[in-house]
Amino acid sequence: MGIAYEKVQAARMKGRPTSLSYIQQIFTDFIELHGDRRFADDPAVAGGIAWLRGAPVTVIGIEKGASTKEHIRRNFGAPSPEGYRKALRLMKQAEKFQRPVICFVDTAGAHCGVGAEERGQGLAIAENLMEMMTLRTPILSVFIGEGGSGGALALAVADRVLMLENAVYSVISPEGCASILWKDPKKVREAADCLNMTADDMRRLGIADSIVTETGRDLPAIAQELELALSRELECLCALPVSLLLEQRYARFRGFGRLE
Amino acid sequence: MQLFGLFKTPQNELEKGGRSPAAQTDIPLTPTKRCPACGAYIPVSQLWENLGVCSCGHHFRPNARQRIHWLTDPASFSEHDPDLESRDLLDFPGYPKKLKNAFLACREKEAVITGTASIGGHPCALFVMEPGFMMGSMGTVVGEKITRLFEFALEKQLPVVGFTVSGGARMQEGTLSLMQMAKVSGAVKRHSDAGLLYITVLTDPTTGGVTASFAMEGDILLAEPGAMIGFAGARVIEQTTNKKLPDGFQRAEFLLEHGFVDLIVPRTRQRETLSLLLDAHERPVK
Ligand SMILES: [Zn+2]
Repeated sequence: MGIAYEKVQAARMKGRPTSLSYIQQIFTDFIELHGDRRFADDPAVAGGIAWLRGAPVTVIGIEKGASTKEHIRRNFGAPSPEGYRKALRLMKQAEKFQRPVICFVDTAGAHCGVGAEERGQGLAIAENLMEMMTLRTPILSVFIGEGGSGGALALAVADRVLMLENAVYSVISPEGCASILWKDPKKVREAADCLNMTADDMRRLGIADSIVTETGRDLPAIAQELELALSRELECLCALPVSLLLEQRYARFRGFGRLE
Repeated sequence: MQLFGLFKTPQNELEKGGRSPAAQTDIPLTPTKRCPACGAYIPVSQLWENLGVCSCGHHFRPNARQRIHWLTDPASFSEHDPDLESRDLLDFPGYPKKLKNAFLACREKEAVITGTASIGGHPCALFVMEPGFMMGSMGTVVGEKITRLFEFALEKQLPVVGFTVSGGARMQEGTLSLMQMAKVSGAVKRHSDAGLLYITVLTDPTTGGVTASFAMEGDILLAEPGAMIGFAGARVIEQTTNKKLPDGFQRAEFLLEHGFVDLIVPRTRQRETLSLLLDAHERPVK
């Protein structure tokens, strides 16, 4: 009991490396591209072109920010509709130029606010889910911290999902679950256990493909293993004909909760 | 016709209706409902005849079977997968009991009914979510039934009409319910890429993971007057922002004003509107 919640706490820990720190470690160059071309540039999502072992890829990460000032500027990694639309714009660009897409997921969830609702938060996420399902280029998603509900899934309709050892992925926060189901916000530990939200749970359920060890490793060591894992996955996926790639992506999600 | 249990359980004494002295002396045996919008007591039979709409325009929340009855041509509805039932996939405490109570509350096995029907003579695939079953929450069975419906509609080249009502993803199925958002979206996309029509009718309330997936993915989005439609819950937003929400926030009219639904259609006009829209997109049979 309680191990799941320890993972949640580790995933949220202050000072934990954010998407940009992994991007800087893993790729040789990163040119950031801003804006959704509709309304604004959402600092909670960073994206652009980077090089993985000499090959250009499109990289998109939900960014919490490394300092207090950055946390605030980046809305603690809670994307607005503009963030999801920027991500989709960059994915479409990757499709056009036949670059693979690599997403880094680290969010407590999509932003909850009046403006986000006014600008169609639900629609923004829904469009990503639909479009990613048929994006004609490989998509990899790496969960580096929190994977909060639809706000995380909007960057995770992927061919492969990798998770760091202490990353979590859940339909609702343990706090939200405890207060809705048991009217008792103190039951977070029980809730975290019940929700099956750890990386191990995700692998058991087939939602994640592999887990990257964190224990006893520093950022460069984790990044090095990620670089290796991402390159290996891309090598396999890029060899597939696009029609087969899309068939397998559809089948992957089609299989969750398939009933006889 | 069975009148009992057609509408949601009364929230309080006032909503139960039948308390007005006039109603009790004049028509003592007629059950009534009190309109929460205008306060009028409406005989249930009359409300029924008017598709659950008060003369003031307030739309009561009907169950899924009722909607299907109102909407489809007589005897045209043929149900798909009526026996698919949720299982407690993650051994979530209290979930089996919740499922049982949900069944007892609405006599449906899951939070969505799917099938084929004709509306004004136009054949379509149809899904209608059931508010009485855990407030239309989306778990693996809801995802599976709707996915199968879109796959069937793709195979048969049929348009899909969907009525949404949902509190969001079902937390008792954890991340597997989240995956249903992607699963259904994939099936919607394939159906859409084949040039087929999908119309959603957003009803009160449509929120969370359903809003962030198939509710918003229609080619044409219709909404019922006054329906609450949004991603985040209003109370959550109020708590996080510490500000009072604007009047009418997340109501259908608010979405129309901001450009996120095509048209608000009162229930009494839905059949006609859907029939016309289906007609406009009718394809010759192959
Ligand atoms: Zn009224």
